[in-house]
Amino acid sequence: MNTFKKMVAALLVLSSTAAPVAAFAQSPVSLSGDVKAVETTVDEGGNEITKLVDPNVIVPGDRLVFGTDYANNGAEPVENFVVTNPLPAAVRLAPDADPQLVVSVDAGKSWGMLASLNVISEDGTTRNASHADVTHVRWTLPMIAPGESGRLEYPAIIR
Amino acid sequence: MPLANGLITIFPYPPLSMDTQALTKSLFVTSVVAVFTISTPAYADGVSAGTLIENTASATYDDGDTTRTVSSNTVTVRVDELLDVTVTSLDSGPIGAQPGEAVLTFEVTNKGNGPEAYELTANPAVAGNDFETQIVNIAIDINGNGTYDPGVDEILTAPLTTAELAAEEALTVFVIVTVPDGVTDGQSSDVELLAEAVTGTGAPGTSFAGQGVDGGDAIVGSTGADDSALGRMIVGITTVDLAKSVSLLDPFGGTNAVPGTIATFTITATISGSGSVDNLVVTDAIPDGTTYAPGTLALDGDTLTDAGGDDVGEASDADGISVDLGTVAAGTIHAITFDVTLD
Repeated sequence: MNTFKKMVAALLVLSSTAAPVAAFAQSPVSLSGDVKAVETTVDEGGNEITKLVDPNVIVPGDRLVFGTDYANNGAEPVENFVVTNPLPAAVRLAPDADPQLVVSVDAGKSWGMLASLNVISEDGTTRNASHADVTHVRWTLPMIAPGESGRLEYPAIIR
Repeated sequence: MPLANGLITIFPYPPLSMDTQALTKSLFVTSVVAVFTISTPAYADGVSAGTLIENTASATYDDGDTTRTVSSNTVTVRVDELLDVTVTSLDSGPIGAQPGEAVLTFEVTNKGNGPEAYELTANPAVAGNDFETQIVNIAIDINGNGTYDPGVDEILTAPLTTAELAAEEALTVFVIVTVPDGVTDGQSSDVELLAEAVTGTGAPGTSFAGQGVDGGDAIVGSTGADDSALGRMIVGITTVDLAKSVSLLDPFGGTNAVPGTIATFTITATISGSGSVDNLVVTDAIPDGTTYAPGTLALDGDTLTDAGGDDVGEASDADGISVDLGTVAAGTIHAITFDVTLD
């Protein structure tokens, strides 16, 4: 039974669609997600200026930035802090995303930097994974001190 | 759109009251999920309008020797409707036209990401036209065969608006025009077909609040939500001119018209303009007071038999001569000769 519990618990941990919140005590860590649209304008000098705005009208090809603010509100440090974010199916990871970002291209089964990952095409051949193949992104922080907070972001483009 | 990340459990779903306190951080293994599908949905031409993009992050961390998990709120944005359209001519080139009806074929494609209807306008007044056609109808290729079928294909009535086209759906549209009398061979005329998104048009980026799919906004895409294309007609008129001449050779070697004089008639058929004519048959009667000289009928110098049915020509004193030239292209000349003897 113990093994069973462990496995089920791991499932909960990994499956972002599950809602296991009720099983856990009040968390000292808070996560707050937001989404911004990237608005690009050109100033009088011809320079492109980008700024993050609340998404108003968004259509395919537009750029979004998904952000997650985290904070340790507790009195104790938390360790091995792993934030997992499945990409909505309607977006792809932007090509200029941080190349060091740890991603998955197989629904969270395996992880790595994009350059190290491959996907198997329908015809059975293996090719290098591209930004459009990314299904999940993940950040790992060794420790968050009490009172520490930060923000994690990934850029995406609407398919 | 709900997340379809393809996770499928291979164990029964646990009761929510399970004891998580006993879990350790060694539980961060990934092998307990079976990957059902790894492919993300394909969006060849953009996410559909109205699609909800929902993003949720979750985190795990160690709190002492306890592993905990926490999820963020879910942020949701709705994909708005992009208004884009293209119009192209489906005619492979200028179509041949004569006075009367002509049909131009166009394709209207919804390049946006949501269902949209388009108002169509056909404009016969295009700069550079040699003549102007009159627009009769705009019709929709109901049976999808690419050819205008009167009585089958739907004639649009005012306002000339198509049905809603799904994203990426294309519609074949016929513009039926009347070419006026009096046009001459080689003249050309263009007709412009304009399609405008019913929701609205404007500069790219123009938005129409609340007028998109599911109450979202609609935004004008790079095409301006309207497009037009030209269809061209070139008048092809084929004319046939017949010229008849005669030369005389009297029995004495002169050119006097006396009994016994042989008259050689030459009928020259000149086909001009463009295109071709079908079933061109040249006939002529033997003049009174003369007799056909058997075996003298010739086409372009080649002798034809007098009998019917064995070649394109036949001739007799009673019925005159007849030469069936069949289909003859413009720009060709044929000469038919025959002799008669003056009685």
